[in-house]
Amino acid sequence: MSEILIRANGLHKTFGSTHAVAGVSLQVAAGELYGLVGPDGAGKTTLLRLLCGVLHPEQGEVWLGQLDMAHQPEQARQQIGYLAQRFSLYEELTVLENLRFFAEVRGISAQHWGPRSQEVLEFVGLAEFSDRRAGQLSGGMKQKLGLALALINRPRILLLDEPTTGVDPLTRQEFWRLIIRLLQEEAPAVLLSTPYMDEAARCTRLGFLQAGKLVCEGTARQLRARLTNRVMELAGQPYSLLASLAKADPGVEGVQRFGNRFHLRVQEGQLQAVLQRLAGSIRAAGGQLDSLQPIEPQLEDVFIQLSEGSAL
Amino acid sequence: MRASLRDVEYQVTTVIHTENLTRRFGSFVAVDHLNFELQAGEVLGYLGPNGSGKTTTIRMLLGLLHPSEGRAQVLGYDVVAQSEEVRARSGYMSQKFSLYHELTVHENLAFYAGVYGVRNPNRVKEVLESLGLAPVQGQAVQNLSTGWRQRLALATAIVHQPGLLFLDEPTSGVDPVARRAFWDLIYELSAQGITVMVTTHYMDEAEYCSQVGIMRQGRLLALEEPGRLKQSLPGQVWEVYAEPLLPALEALEKLTGVQRVALAGDFLRVITTPGLELDFLHQHLAASGMQVTALQPGAATLEDVFMTISGG
Repeated sequence: MSEILIRANGLHKTFGSTHAVAGVSLQVAAGELYGLVGPDGAGKTTLLRLLCGVLHPEQGEVWLGQLDMAHQPEQARQQIGYLAQRFSLYEELTVLENLRFFAEVRGISAQHWGPRSQEVLEFVGLAEFSDRRAGQLSGGMKQKLGLALALINRPRILLLDEPTTGVDPLTRQEFWRLIIRLLQEEAPAVLLSTPYMDEAARCTRLGFLQAGKLVCEGTARQLRARLTNRVMELAGQPYSLLASLAKADPGVEGVQRFGNRFHLRVQEGQLQAVLQRLAGSIRAAGGQLDSLQPIEPQLEDVFIQLSEGSAL
Repeated sequence: MRASLRDVEYQVTTVIHTENLTRRFGSFVAVDHLNFELQAGEVLGYLGPNGSGKTTTIRMLLGLLHPSEGRAQVLGYDVVAQSEEVRARSGYMSQKFSLYHELTVHENLAFYAGVYGVRNPNRVKEVLESLGLAPVQGQAVQNLSTGWRQRLALATAIVHQPGLLFLDEPTSGVDPVARRAFWDLIYELSAQGITVMVTTHYMDEAEYCSQVGIMRQGRLLALEEPGRLKQSLPGQVWEVYAEPLLPALEALEKLTGVQRVALAGDFLRVITTPGLELDFLHQHLAASGMQVTALQPGAATLEDVFMTISGG
C-alpha cells in the first residue's frame, strides 16, 4: 500500500448562508491522480483551498502525510505545490526571477534554489527561455511556468485547480504529458479539478462533488458502470425531429447531442422497449434513422446524470 | 440584369467578407492576410491555439481595432469607415464579461439596452425570458454563479437584436452541463436567423458548428464544414489502450508511419499513414514491453484534425 498523503476528514466550510463544503472526507495516496469533478459552484475550489491551508475549515481536519494542518500548518504546507485557477506571474520579471521569488517565499535557501530552478525548467521545457520576461510568454508557456513554480519545493503533494481551463488542445496535451511523467518519476499525490471529461477519464480515481458533498467516488470505469445498459446512440436526420421524438418516449430520461449523434439515457430495463418504439416512431414521422443502438456509457453521460440529481 | 441581381443577393447573404485582413503589433503579425467569407445563418466555430489571432480577428471585425493592412466588411459595412454601423448591428460577448457586479440582472440589461438605444420598452423583458433569466432578474450579479453571468453576458450582447453575434470563448470555465445549455441557446438564436462566430477550445463544441475555421500563427489554415474537415484528414486513426500510457505514447511516436499520437481519456489516439496494418502497431507495442488491452481503428474527430493542422 502506498502512503496516504492527503487525508480530509469531515470538512465543512460556510460563507454566509452558503454551505460551500458540507462534510467532505477523502484520501489520496502517493502516486495517485485524483480528479475532482462537478458542476460550477459545487465547492471544488473551496475544497482545494481547504486542503492547501489557504482557508480554514469550521469542522473537520486535513492531514498531509503525518502532519495536521491545524497544528503544524507551516510544515504541512511545505509538502504542497499549488497551482491556483488564476495564478499570477510577475510579468515584468523573467522566468528565472519568477522562480527565485517563489523559492524565497517558500523558504528555499539560496544554495538550493538555483539547481532546483534549472531542474524544473528543464522538466517543463522552459530552460532556454529562462531570461525571457513572463509577460512575453505565450499562454501555453505561462501554464508551464505555473507548473514549474508549483514544483520548485519538490512537493510530495500537488494540488491543481482547473489547470487547463481556457487552454488550447495542444497545450493541454503537453501539460498532461508533464503530469503523467511526474507521477511516473516521483509518485507524488496529485489532486486536480477539471471541467474536461477526457482529463477526468485519465485520473486513477474520481470524486464527483455536488452542493459541497462528495456524492460519488470511484475509478472512471466504476463511474461509467453506473449507466451500463442505459445509454443508446441515435443517428439520423433531421436533428430536431429526432430530439423531440426521443424526448417524448416514455422510457427515455435524457437526450443529449454528442457531435452529430444523440445519446439517450433510458430508464433501467427499458433498453429493448425504447429501441423498438423509437425506431417505429421515427419512421412513422418520416424521419431518417441511420442507427439506434446501445453503447458503452461515457463519463460525460454519467456527469450529466449526476448533475441532474438523479443519483441513486 | 443577372449581375445586378447577384449583387443584391451577395449583399444580403454575405455577413462577413475579409480581404487580406492583417494586424501587426510592432514586428509581431497577430493576424496575417485573412481571406474568408461567412454567409448568413451559419454558426462559425473559430479554433486555434492561444495567441493564434482569434480575438484580434474579432476585434478588427467589430471595428475596435484597425487593420494594419487589408479590409473587411461586416453586414455590408466597412469595419473602419463604418464601424458604428457595424457595432450597432453586431453583438459581442468578450472573454471577460463586462457586467456591473453591484447592479441586478435586470439593471445590467436595461443599462445595455440604453447604450444601444433600444426603443422597444418590452425588449428587456423579452430577452430575460427567452434566455431563462427571469427568475434571477432581481439578483445582484455579484451573487450569481459563472453560468448565470455567462447567460447575462449573452443577453447584453443580443438586447439590440443584432444580425451577427461574436462570442469569444463563451464557455471557458463552465461545467459540461452548463456548456450544453449554453449551446442550446446558440442554436435558438441561430434558428431566429442570427449569424454566429464563436471561438472555443472545446473540440466537441466545434462539432456543433456549421463551419469550422482553424487559425495558427495569425493565418487561417482551414475553413470548412466539420464533416468535410474530418474527411480531409490525411491518415488513419487508431484507438490504442495500452499500459503504461506515457511509454506507450513515446514508443508509438518513434515509429515510422506514425504521424501523431495524443492522449484521449485513458487511451491514445494515433494517426498513421494510410495502409499501415493493425498487427504492425500491435507488434511494435508488445516488443516495447507494453501491455496492449485493445487496439482498433477509429473515426476521425475534429480534435484529430485540429491537432494535425495546428500542430504543424
